[in-house]
Amino acid sequence: MSSPVYEKYYVPAQSPWPFVGAVALFLIAVGAGNLVIELDKGSDGHGGKILTLGLITLLFMLIGWFHNQINESMQGMHSAQLGRSYRQGMAWFIFSEVMFFAAFFGALFYARVFAVPWLGGDSNNAMTNEVLWPGFTAMWPLETTPGGTQTEAMGWFGLPMANTIVLLISSVTCHFAHVALEQGNRARLKLMMALTILLGVSFLVLQGEEYIHAYEEMGLTLQSGVYGNTFFLLTGFHGLHVTLGTTILIILFLRILKGHFSPANHFAFQAGSWYWHFVDVVWVMLFFFVYIL
Amino acid sequence: MSEATEHLDHAHSHHHPSGIKRWLYTTNHKDIGTLYLWFAFIMFLTGGAMAMVIRAELFQPGLQIVEPNFFNQMTTVHGLIMVFGAVMPAFTGLANWLVPMMIGAPDMALPRMNNWSFWILPFAFLILLSSLFLEGGGPAFGWTFYAPLSTQYSADSTALFVFSVHIMGASSIMGAINVIVTIFNMRAPGMTWMKLPLFVWTWLITAFLLIAVMPVLAGAVTMVLTDKFFGTSFFNAAGGGDPVMFQHIFWFFGHPEVYIMILPAFGIISQIVPTFSRKKLFGYASMVYATASIALLSFIVWAHHMFTTGMPLVGEMFFMFATMLISVPTGVKVFNWVATMWRGSLSFEVPMLFAIAFIVLFTIGGLSGLMLAITPVDFQYHDTYFVVAHFHYVLVTGAVFSIMAAVYYWLPKWTGHMFDVTLAKWHFWCSLISVNVLFFPMHFVGLAGMPRRIPDYALQFADFNKWISIGGFAFGLSQLIFLAVLIKACRKQGVPVDDRVWEGAEGLEWQELPSPAPYHSFETPPVIK
Repeated sequence: MSSPVYEKYYVPAQSPWPFVGAVALFLIAVGAGNLVIELDKGSDGHGGKILTLGLITLLFMLIGWFHNQINESMQGMHSAQLGRSYRQGMAWFIFSEVMFFAAFFGALFYARVFAVPWLGGDSNNAMTNEVLWPGFTAMWPLETTPGGTQTEAMGWFGLPMANTIVLLISSVTCHFAHVALEQGNRARLKLMMALTILLGVSFLVLQGEEYIHAYEEMGLTLQSGVYGNTFFLLTGFHGLHVTLGTTILIILFLRILKGHFSPANHFAFQAGSWYWHFVDVVWVMLFFFVYIL
Repeated sequence: MSEATEHLDHAHSHHHPSGIKRWLYTTNHKDIGTLYLWFAFIMFLTGGAMAMVIRAELFQPGLQIVEPNFFNQMTTVHGLIMVFGAVMPAFTGLANWLVPMMIGAPDMALPRMNNWSFWILPFAFLILLSSLFLEGGGPAFGWTFYAPLSTQYSADSTALFVFSVHIMGASSIMGAINVIVTIFNMRAPGMTWMKLPLFVWTWLITAFLLIAVMPVLAGAVTMVLTDKFFGTSFFNAAGGGDPVMFQHIFWFFGHPEVYIMILPAFGIISQIVPTFSRKKLFGYASMVYATASIALLSFIVWAHHMFTTGMPLVGEMFFMFATMLISVPTGVKVFNWVATMWRGSLSFEVPMLFAIAFIVLFTIGGLSGLMLAITPVDFQYHDTYFVVAHFHYVLVTGAVFSIMAAVYYWLPKWTGHMFDVTLAKWHFWCSLISVNVLFFPMHFVGLAGMPRRIPDYALQFADFNKWISIGGFAFGLSQLIFLAVLIKACRKQGVPVDDRVWEGAEGLEWQELPSPAPYHSFETPPVIK
C-alpha cells in the first residue's frame, strides 16, 4: 500500500443494547438454573418464567441491536477497516465454536479409546473388570453399559446418510448464493438462498425423525450410557447450531428481499455463510466419528 | 481505495456523556477499562474476605468458627472469584485501557461488544454469590469442580454455578475476540509486529488461549450439568464414563487458563523494568518467542495436575517432561528481566518495587512448580499445602503483584496526577512482608503432609498455621491501604504529572498522549518512527 489516506474508524456512540443483552443473559442463566433444579425435584417455581422473560429480552436486544447496526451500515458509516474487524471477529467466534465441539469430541474419543476398554480390563485394569464390573465386555458402540443399561446402536446408512447429503448440498448452494451476490445476479441469489434454507429445514426435520426413531424404537436415549450421551450431546448441539444457522439464513433472505447487500458490502451475508459452512464441517466430523466409526 | 478516503462523520465526537448512563451504555475503551478494574478490585476484596474466613478457621486446630461444609464453600468460591472475578477482569481492564493507546488506535475494534462483555460479569458473579444463600449452600467442590463431587455429591445450586460459568465464559470469549481483532486490525501505520510493546504481544497470545479454552470449560460444565440433572454418565463408570475424564477435560482448559493469568503479567513486567532501568528491554525478540512457546506448550501439559489419579506410565512421563520444558522459555524471560536491569541506571519507584518483587517471588513459585512437575515426588506433594504455596506464589506475588505494579505505573497517565507515594510504599512493604509470612510457611506444612481443603488439621501444624493466618490477616489489611491510594488518586489529590510521567518511559502512551489521556486516544493515527 502506497501512502494510503486513513479514514476515521467508526466508534459508535453510546448504546443501551449491550447492557440489555447482559440483563437478558442474567435472566436466562437464573431462569435456566432454577428450571433445571425444579425439574429435578419436581417442584413448582418461577424458573421457566424467568427463562422465557430472558429469552424475550434477548430477542428484543437482538432486534434492537441489529436494527441499529443495519441502519448504520446502510447509511455508509462502516468503513472497509471496520468490515475487516467484523470479519476477523466472526472468524474467531467460529474458532471458539470449534473448540466447544472439541470438548465433546474429546469426551467421545476418551470414552472409546480409554474409559470403556479399561472398564473391560484392558491395559493394567484386569482387576477393575474382575472386581468392579464382572461380566462386562468392552465394545463400541456401547450397547450394554457396565451398569447393565441396554441400547441399540445407530447405523450410518439411511437417515444419517441422507442428512449428510442434504447438508453437503446446502453448503454448495450457499456458496453459489455467495457467488451470485458477488456477480450481482439477484434472481439467482434469491433462488440459491431459498434452496439452502429449504435444505437446512429438511435436515432438521430428518434429524427430528431420527431422534423419535432412536427414543421410541431403538431404546437409544440420553440416559443410555456414554454412547447415548455423546451421541445426543454432539448431534443435539449440532442441531441447535443448524437451527441458529437456518434462522440466520432466513433473516439474510428477508434482507435480500428488501434489497440489502451489494457485491462489495455484505459482511452479514458472509458471516452467515461462514457459519453455515462451519455447521456443515462439524456434521461431516460427526457423521464420520459418531455414526460410521 | 476511493471509498475509504471519503470522510465519514461519526456520531460521537461531541460531548462527554455523564451520569449513570455513561457507565451503563458506554462504548469507550477507557470507561470500560475503568469498570473492569474497579469490578476486579471489588471482587478481589470479596474473595479476600473469604480467604480471611478460611484463615480464621485455620488459626488453630479444631472446628471453631464455621461448619466444614461452609468452609468448603469458602475455599471454592474464593478460588472461583479470584480466578474469574479478580485476576482475569483486571487484566482485561488493563488491556482495554492500554492496548488502544499502545498501538495508536482510537478505541477497541468492537466497542459495543466490549461493553456487553463487561456487563455480563457483575450479573454472573451475582448469581454465583447468591447461590451461597440457597438451600444446601453454594458450590463446595473446589474451584476445579471435580466429578463426582460436583455431580453425585453436590448441592442443587450446582445448576446456577454451571450457568454462571457459561455466561462468564461468554464474557471472556467476547473480551478476547475484541483484543485480538484490535491488535490485528487497529495498529497505527508503521506499528509493525516486532515493534509492538510486549504488553500487547502477551495479551494477543493470551487472547488466543482464551478463545481456545474457554469453550472447553463451557463443555465441561455442560457435562457436569447433564450428569447431575439429566441422567448422563460422562463421569460415571456405571454408564461407561470415567471421573478421570472430567479431570482431563477440565485441565485441558485449566492449564492454559493459568497461563492466561500470567502471560499479561509478563507483559507488564517487560514494560516496567526497562523504564526504571533506563535501558531498552534485553532480548525483545526472544521475549516474544518465549511467550508464544509457553502458550503452545500450555496445551500439552495438562495432566501434570493429575499424576496421582491414574494414567498409563507413558502418559506420566510425557507430561512430566513437557512440563519441565516450560521452564526453558520462562527462564529466558527471567534472565531477560535481570539482564535488562544489569548495569542499568536503576531507580526504585513504586511500580519498580512491585516489579522486582514479582521477579523474585514469581521465580520462587516457578521453582516449586518445577518440583511439582517431577512425577514421583508429586505423589508426595499432591493435594498438600505445598501446592497451595506454589500457586499462590505464582498467582498472588505473580499475577496480583503485576496488576498492582501496572496500576501504579499507569495510574498517573490515567488520572493526570501522581498518587500518594508514601502511602503506596506502605502498601508495598506491608504487602511484601505479610505475603511471605502468609505463603512461605505453607511450603513446609505441605511437605510435612498437611492436606489442603480441610477445616481442621493435626496438632503438629498448629504453630505454622498460626503464623500463616497472622500473615493472611496482615496481607488482607494491607490491601485497604491500596484502596485508600486508589480513592485518593481518583479524586485527583496529588501533584499533576507531565505527559511522560516517568523519566525513562517509552511508548506511544507516554510520548504521544497527554496526561490524563484524552477520552478518545488517537483520533488520527500517530506517526511511528
